[in-house]
Amino acid sequence: MADLAEKSRTCFTQDVSAPELPLSAPLNVGFDYTRSVGPVLGRFVDALRERRVEGVRGSDGRVHVPPLEYDPVTAEALSEFVPVASEGEIVSWSWIAEPVDGQPLSRPFAWALIRLDGADTSMLHAVDAGSPSNVHTGQRVRIRWADETVGHIRDIAYFVPADGPDTETTEPPPPVAKREDGAPVSVVITPIHLRYEHSASPEESRYLRGLAEGKLIGQRCPSCEKVYIPPRGACPTDGVPTTDEVELPDTGIVTTFCIVNVPFLGQKIKPPYVAAYILLDGADIAFLHLVLGCDAADVRMGMRVRAVWKPRDEWWTSLENIGHFEPTGEPDAPYESFAHHL
Amino acid sequence: MPDVAVVGFAQAPNVRSTPGTTNGVEMLVPIFAEVFERTGLSKEDIGFWCSGSSDYLAGRAFSFIAAVDAIGAFPPIHESHVEMDAAWALYEAWLKIRMGEVETALVYGFGKSSAGQLRRVLALQMDPYVVAPLWPDSVSVAGIQARLGLESGLWSEKDLAEVAARSRADAAGNPAAQLSGTVEVAELLDAPYFADPLRAHDIAPITDGAAVLVLASAERAADLVDSPAVITGIEHRVDSPALGVRDLTKSPSTAAAGRALDLDGVEVAELHAPFTHQELILRDALGLGDQVRINPSGGVLTGNPMFSAGLARIGEAANRILDGSARKTLAHATSGPVLQQNLVATLEVLS
Repeated sequence: MADLAEKSRTCFTQDVSAPELPLSAPLNVGFDYTRSVGPVLGRFVDALRERRVEGVRGSDGRVHVPPLEYDPVTAEALSEFVPVASEGEIVSWSWIAEPVDGQPLSRPFAWALIRLDGADTSMLHAVDAGSPSNVHTGQRVRIRWADETVGHIRDIAYFVPADGPDTETTEPPPPVAKREDGAPVSVVITPIHLRYEHSASPEESRYLRGLAEGKLIGQRCPSCEKVYIPPRGACPTDGVPTTDEVELPDTGIVTTFCIVNVPFLGQKIKPPYVAAYILLDGADIAFLHLVLGCDAADVRMGMRVRAVWKPRDEWWTSLENIGHFEPTGEPDAPYESFAHHL
Repeated sequence: MPDVAVVGFAQAPNVRSTPGTTNGVEMLVPIFAEVFERTGLSKEDIGFWCSGSSDYLAGRAFSFIAAVDAIGAFPPIHESHVEMDAAWALYEAWLKIRMGEVETALVYGFGKSSAGQLRRVLALQMDPYVVAPLWPDSVSVAGIQARLGLESGLWSEKDLAEVAARSRADAAGNPAAQLSGTVEVAELLDAPYFADPLRAHDIAPITDGAAVLVLASAERAADLVDSPAVITGIEHRVDSPALGVRDLTKSPSTAAAGRALDLDGVEVAELHAPFTHQELILRDALGLGDQVRINPSGGVLTGNPMFSAGLARIGEAANRILDGSARKTLAHATSGPVLQQNLVATLEVLS
């Protein structure tokens, strides 16, 4: 399900009307949770795929729907399955006037705890009722199945009032055992999509704005005087924000490195190539970048390197403005000069 | 085993949104300085550090690592983290001191709730198989809980509005509060529903914030402040994560935690109730009578910084001891949906 995964990317833009504010930008995160179901939830979602609901009987005789893997009273493993109806009653509810992303309905609806006939506990789900005046505790509701059931809680699309017209026309799918793929559901996949407004710190914002102008801006800790690039919200030694600005040259050394030999999804450079920690001249912390322009086997600890900038019209608030570093040909820095930066 | 006392507490202003990062550094650095000044300690004096925060709230993996910069974590420190309200980080720190491993600990929590859509992000703390995939928002689920009490006659909409009005009036004395002021109950009841049966005043606001609290063994505490707040009891319990299994009008886990403690003589209780009706559930579960002053800080209905609001309840309860205005206080923190997990502590004057 890699096609469902949305790549996260932050794109900073400068708000010229308020240059002092930190940079911020939308950050959209997306991924699929793929979870194995085990014997209890597996049986539950398998039944949903066949448009049936099964609960499990607890040690106190109560039938739990959705089923619980372990008894809430005794913590014993549960395994006695009990078929229940696809109709039941509302135990309690609330109204959502403005649904949010991912919910079962995009029009206003009721969230409800629903106790299905034959069950003793209730399940949370959505009820499509049009307006809050059409919902009440004790109301009879029934399942509206998804057009295609796959073995997931979302096979129950939502609930509708039991006395309403049944417009459902989809034929039930064949039982699991007769399906072409045969096997019961062993995993459920749930896509997760979250939206944030991501903010950089004031110190990071200075650095990112500098990059857009081709400058490498570090900041010095007022206490220990170490120079950090990127600068930090707080010095990890002293716990105070870095403040004094320091413009650094685009030359430095390789402190340590690795040769990437393994191809992976999204790789932009053909292996083998070198990812290295670059310590700029005058900085006290190295950052990760690429070393190209020489044979990977020739890269060494202490090697002198210089930034290779992309064309100016491609610059933005990103370290991507430097495409890579390449050797300067100068003599290597002695190990003792950078040993304490490893 | 040594007793453990609270010797300092500070919190960032509770605000609707900050321009800062989701790692909380900008909120934490000033309040660390504040507790160090108040206790006379420096970071070298802290034996153990523990924090509470959430990656889902921040929208990034291992988000608490960046916050560690605010500590000044080099040379290496003795540090831990819980993906819960920092009240549970305090529990871990309390254990470290009780076991005699350290004499002092600093506990902090932070959250930038404004970065994402809070009531949707919180869906991800629910059962990942049969509940979270529906994306139930935290406000709607609390609304279901509120209606159960309304329809069974346990409380009325007016009762809920009275909780909101009292909280806002009390918050007038709390400089960190996000909401405060005088509001008429009738006026609150005239407002439209946000999530029927909940109105806006029934729901804690969305808040960015952070809190920090310093613990010390009772012996050490006596050297640091005049009136340390000794934690004389701390208990936490959990209810089933299955929403439909328990009676949502009650909080059995809070009641069980309270039963394990001696609550006689409690003068002030800081309850972590993000919804008006939850304050009523908690008061009932703890058996708090009218003689107990509830949430003099205004509580989380006047500012609810996620993952530090529970820790702040302990801090507020401790402050009443530290400033000499009470001899015994109670603090409660909750984590998870509809009061799923609950921690209760009692604090008293060092005898």
